[in-house]
Amino acid sequence: MMSTSSLVSGARMLLECLVREGAECIFGYPGGVTLPLYDAMYDHPMRHVLVRHEENACFAAQGYAIATGRVGVCCATSGPGATNLVTGLVNGLMDSTPIVAITGQVASKLIGSDAFQEADTFGITRSCTKHNYLVKNLADLPQIIHEAFYIAGSGRPGPVLVDIAKDVFSGQSRYAPVSAIHLPGYKVPSDGHTGQIRRAAQMIWEARRPIVYAGGGIISAGASAELRRLVEFVDIPAVCTLMGLGGLPSEHPNFISMPGMHGSYAANMGLTQTDLIIALGVRFDDRVTGRLSAFAPHAKVIHVDIDPSEIGKNRIPELPIVGDVRRVLEKLNQILAETAPAISTQNAAARRSWWHQIREWQEQYPLKPVISEAEIKPQHVVSEIDRLSGGKAIVTSDVGQHQMWSAQFIRFNEPRLWINSGGLGSMGFGLPAAIGAQFARPDKLVFAVVGDGGFQMSIPELATLVNYGLPVKVVILNNGYLGMVRQWQELFYNNRTCAVELEGFPDVQKLAAAYGFTGRTVEKPHELAPALQEAVDDPGPYLLNVRVSPCENVFPMVPAGSGISEMVVGPPQPVLVPK
Amino acid sequence: MLQVISLLVENKPGALMRITGVLTARGYNIESLTVARTLDPALSHMTIVVDVDPSLRSLVIKQMIKLINVLQASDLTESRAVAREMVLVRVKAPVDRRTAILKEAEIFGARVIDSSVEGFALEATGDPEKLDEFIDVMRSYGELDATRSGLVAISLEGKKPRLSPPVPTGSGVEKLEQKTGVPNG
Repeated sequence: MMSTSSLVSGARMLLECLVREGAECIFGYPGGVTLPLYDAMYDHPMRHVLVRHEENACFAAQGYAIATGRVGVCCATSGPGATNLVTGLVNGLMDSTPIVAITGQVASKLIGSDAFQEADTFGITRSCTKHNYLVKNLADLPQIIHEAFYIAGSGRPGPVLVDIAKDVFSGQSRYAPVSAIHLPGYKVPSDGHTGQIRRAAQMIWEARRPIVYAGGGIISAGASAELRRLVEFVDIPAVCTLMGLGGLPSEHPNFISMPGMHGSYAANMGLTQTDLIIALGVRFDDRVTGRLSAFAPHAKVIHVDIDPSEIGKNRIPELPIVGDVRRVLEKLNQILAETAPAISTQNAAARRSWWHQIREWQEQYPLKPVISEAEIKPQHVVSEIDRLSGGKAIVTSDVGQHQMWSAQFIRFNEPRLWINSGGLGSMGFGLPAAIGAQFARPDKLVFAVVGDGGFQMSIPELATLVNYGLPVKVVILNNGYLGMVRQWQELFYNNRTCAVELEGFPDVQKLAAAYGFTGRTVEKPHELAPALQEAVDDPGPYLLNVRVSPCENVFPMVPAGSGISEMVVGPPQPVLVPK
Repeated sequence: MLQVISLLVENKPGALMRITGVLTARGYNIESLTVARTLDPALSHMTIVVDVDPSLRSLVIKQMIKLINVLQASDLTESRAVAREMVLVRVKAPVDRRTAILKEAEIFGARVIDSSVEGFALEATGDPEKLDEFIDVMRSYGELDATRSGLVAISLEGKKPRLSPPVPTGSGVEKLEQKTGVPNG
């Protein structure tokens, strides 16, 4: 504990505040105006992880935050350092990830003078963050840092940026720890309205074809156990969105996979024909609902969310409940248990035939990986990763075909295992996110499943893997294309493929060797499983480049602008189904 | 139709930018915006007049309430409220028209705040439609320059803002650990 009577620098104060907030490490990149901060880190126990690009510091902080549920911290210098954070901040905002970003700013008397490496970070990041601050007075610093952590981690989590003038870092003052923060305008909903929850229970018992639609809110709120109790007690089929995967174990019998543009047939048909959607921590995203007017046309909706502005944004619910989804579910489960003896047999026959229908859809169009003996199918690769993971490994991804195949075929039996760029869809997210996740969970096997496009956006971070000896297994689904863009060009632009061929991909064995670790390329189906096993057995990082069939597309697919029941269930050519 | 939004906000840097950002992000053009301190100097009152698609009105209000600096936001468009605007008009007034201009100003309840050989500076308050008429009438007397204040409005239903109490620092740490089961450190 620091003495409260002696003078300390603002930089030192910042580090003390981070310690008090339970931060373990900072993902960052130093620069001119953050020199005083890095000077303070020189003899401070706070761990700093040096990445190779500021955007990746922000992504790594998100990987850390998603893997742990705690606030991730990243740091960049003024000007270009801060502007490089922008994509990461928006990514965190879209996926409700708690991060605190610290940026340096030019000295307060120079602000506004177009000083060297000056940018209006406060202005630029206003719409990229849940909240942001510009600190020009040292006296304000501790208070603001604690506020930033509180805002980032509470309610609907999100990124908070604190832009700190250089003279605030270097200024000296007495440090008095802040004991309380007061944000009178910041409301954090907690328990839902009991009357509304009672009505929800009533609607659940009365429904004949209910379905649970669970999202990222389940993960952020730590509501997995309560979700499981709900679906088991009432025996309801459940879909988890891309952000909610792992909220209910993938192997759970009530889990009928992911809905939406590349969701399962059963999930999309279930949402289309249900008479009651129990929407938990979701935002009725366009990639889930398809054409809104055709979405769940027969359904009443119960919408539970901690963010009141999400309620009624895309779909007006019959029953809104604003609250922390874990606490709402606790109360709902309790009320369901109390009311069960009287009415649980109501609609029993209708419920049985609903389940029968769901199972029929699952059998009719199961999510089955395409496997070939002639070439490696990308679905084959993610199924092999799934086999090695057994529902337990952390898997990160970028955006695109590889992301969708991973979401379709890799099981996540716990929350906080699946880390991807959902809302923003940022290429290059997977590798730095894996770095953050591996720091957070050294005990976990971490796969970064990336495409050959996204991988080339994050190649510099291979050095970070080596630097810190992180045993991340980077698996490239290399089809030589920007696959998802090509898929759309094929299907919706009359096959006029343009600017999607990625030529000049490096020799991965040499690339990894140049960085000082093991890399390998495989092309034949029989090489795949042994190569993945070798990667997992290797104690260090491993780069596995898998040459997959170049023209595979993701199915089922709901064309943009269609209703989600209007699925293209498979490619036009015949496929070989594994024995 | 124009929407009148009334906000009670913390008087802090960036608050105005965040609030207008909710509107500008959707490409809405703000018709008028007034902001000034309240009786409590730590707070400001803001009145915004903007043309928001009716289906998005409640969403816009909710997204403003969500902002950390906003203590209260309400849509006064169709609720019980009074609204006034002020205009300052400089009108050229040759000797032969001075009496007529003053008579006309009186009808609108306008006050003369400056008088010179060239003309008058007049001040009028009222609802925006009345000020439109006032400006039209004054224009008929000759060359004119006018500056309007933008609308200020107050609700006639005294709704107290619901404020959050202080919280101890570091309270998020325990909460999050409880959620994930991942020990700290």
